[in-house]
Amino acid sequence: MSDISGKFLVGIFDDDDVILSAVKKVKQAGVKVHEVYSPFAIHGMDDAIGHPRTKIGIAAFIFGTIGCLCALTLTIWTMGIDWPMVIGGKDPISIPNFIPITFELTVLFTAFGMTLGFFVTNGLGPSVKPLLFDPRCTDNKFVMAIDLAKNKLAESDIITMLKNAGAEEVSVKSI
Amino acid sequence: MASHHDHPLPTLEERYEFTSESKRNLLIGGAVGLALVALGAYLLSQGGGHEAQEAVAHAAGAHEAHGAAAHAAGEHASEAHAGHGHAYHWSKRLWANLWLNSVYFTGISVIGMFFISYNYLAQAGWSVIFKRIPEAMPAFLPVTGTIMVATYFLAGHDMFHWTNEALFDKASPEYDPIIAGKRPFLNPTFYVIRMVLYFTLWYMLWKMVRGFSLEEDRVGGVDNYEKSIKFGTAFLVVFAVTSSTAAWDFVMTIDTHWFSTMFGWYTLASWHVAGLATMTLTIISLKQHGYLKSVNESHMHDLGKFCFAFSIFWTYVWFSQFLLIYYANLPEETIYYKERFSGYGGIYKGPFFINIFLNFVFPFLLLMARDSKRTMGVLKVACWAIIIGHYFDFWNNIMPGTVGANGGFGPVEFGMVLIFACAFIWSVKHQLTKANLVPVNHPMLEESLHHDIV
Repeated sequence: MSDISGKFLVGIFDDDDVILSAVKKVKQAGVKVHEVYSPFAIHGMDDAIGHPRTKIGIAAFIFGTIGCLCALTLTIWTMGIDWPMVIGGKDPISIPNFIPITFELTVLFTAFGMTLGFFVTNGLGPSVKPLLFDPRCTDNKFVMAIDLAKNKLAESDIITMLKNAGAEEVSVKSI
Repeated sequence: MASHHDHPLPTLEERYEFTSESKRNLLIGGAVGLALVALGAYLLSQGGGHEAQEAVAHAAGAHEAHGAAAHAAGEHASEAHAGHGHAYHWSKRLWANLWLNSVYFTGISVIGMFFISYNYLAQAGWSVIFKRIPEAMPAFLPVTGTIMVATYFLAGHDMFHWTNEALFDKASPEYDPIIAGKRPFLNPTFYVIRMVLYFTLWYMLWKMVRGFSLEEDRVGGVDNYEKSIKFGTAFLVVFAVTSSTAAWDFVMTIDTHWFSTMFGWYTLASWHVAGLATMTLTIISLKQHGYLKSVNESHMHDLGKFCFAFSIFWTYVWFSQFLLIYYANLPEETIYYKERFSGYGGIYKGPFFINIFLNFVFPFLLLMARDSKRTMGVLKVACWAIIIGHYFDFWNNIMPGTVGANGGFGPVEFGMVLIFACAFIWSVKHQLTKANLVPVNHPMLEESLHHDIV
């Protein structure tokens, strides 16, 4: 997200296995890893960095519930209260008739809500410039970013550690 | 995740042991079941006179309802009378229970083959380490098949109203134009041929795929894997047709006049999720007894997803069938729900809602969270709910059309389920002893061992 600022150490790696073991090594030495950028998902990386689990499931449930309630409100109010209509000899408010719409709107709200939630939490959007420590992480390189303000170890120590763990190059970047 | 599997080889050699204690328990279970059925049959035969009177009263009530609906339709006046023309005898409830449990356990068994077949077709890797469990389930098919064919011949008109020849005879007062119109499909000869064909095809194809799987354990290579894909796919083609026709034959013909275009899917959905729940429960149970050490939380999570998703799928089909009939409001179709809602003194109304609760509301809310799919205790509860729920589903489909007002839950119901369950578990356990619990030479084994989902 765009509210990130400060001084970062950026390690570039060539291989997903190497960066995974590198993350484990620096974590063991007490370094806090800010984030890893990779062209594809790496199994076990979330656990290795120590990221908390995504809350997207909870968001999905909340959006789904909102969708469900919206659909019921819409159908009950329009069909039963504002302008009661008898269709097929059924009561104006007959829940079985409303289930398909309820189902569809629940799914729609869940899907849109999750997608929007994903964009917002990751700071993605039409005019937002995404934060890239190194553009090669969208191609063939793996990038580890370490926030220096959040680490007590000396900058040079971490640089040595990264190089020993297999980093091809390490640079300092201020954002 | 490699660190979790630094020594994978020792844990792969797992021979299942069918202990004598377990055998004894199953035998006791079966004996208790038999005793319950005998007790129930005795009680039914004693209460027969009293219940028959009640039945007549109820049937009369039902006839009135039928009559009103039929008159509204204009041309189905004969339907109500023909549909319940036979006198009730208590033995009908035994036959109905035998049929119900056979249909239910046939479904659970054949789903084992269904599961391995679509996993082969999709070239799925994750399911390999527990593949021996679904693979063990279809061995029970000959048992249920034999019982069903026998029940058909022994119970005759008691269970299957349409087998009465007079219905097809224009000169007879019992002539029924609706049933007569179904004659080309619904006649005793073709029915028996179909029934034998289903079981033969399902069993033979399973036998072949099972054979390849066992041979793969011995010789390795990918030949057996490729053959399994071929024959598994052949099974899917066969099952695509036979699952629907079997659903019509086994369940829908009981309400002979009535039909639903959703019925094939509906029954398949019911069988499928019940089979998946049985499979998951078996895997959990094996794991808790120290087997299947390589099954990890990710496998459990995916199995939980299967149970969750197909519970919703079943509900989707169940509701679609209901909605079409509810919306169209045609008397000859709504009679099906009327019987279950308010017919026969309302005895089917409770199970009708229990069905929806156990098969949709409960597993839906319980299995929605990620953690509950990864916690074996919770998954176990959900599986039991689904297994019991789908018994209710079939009970609700079979009982009103056979025993009508005389339906209920008594010693016969509990006993019969106990007998079938013990026999099924015996069959599965016996199959599990025949091979290593992990298919050691399966080409996708590595992938399955490292299965890891977020």
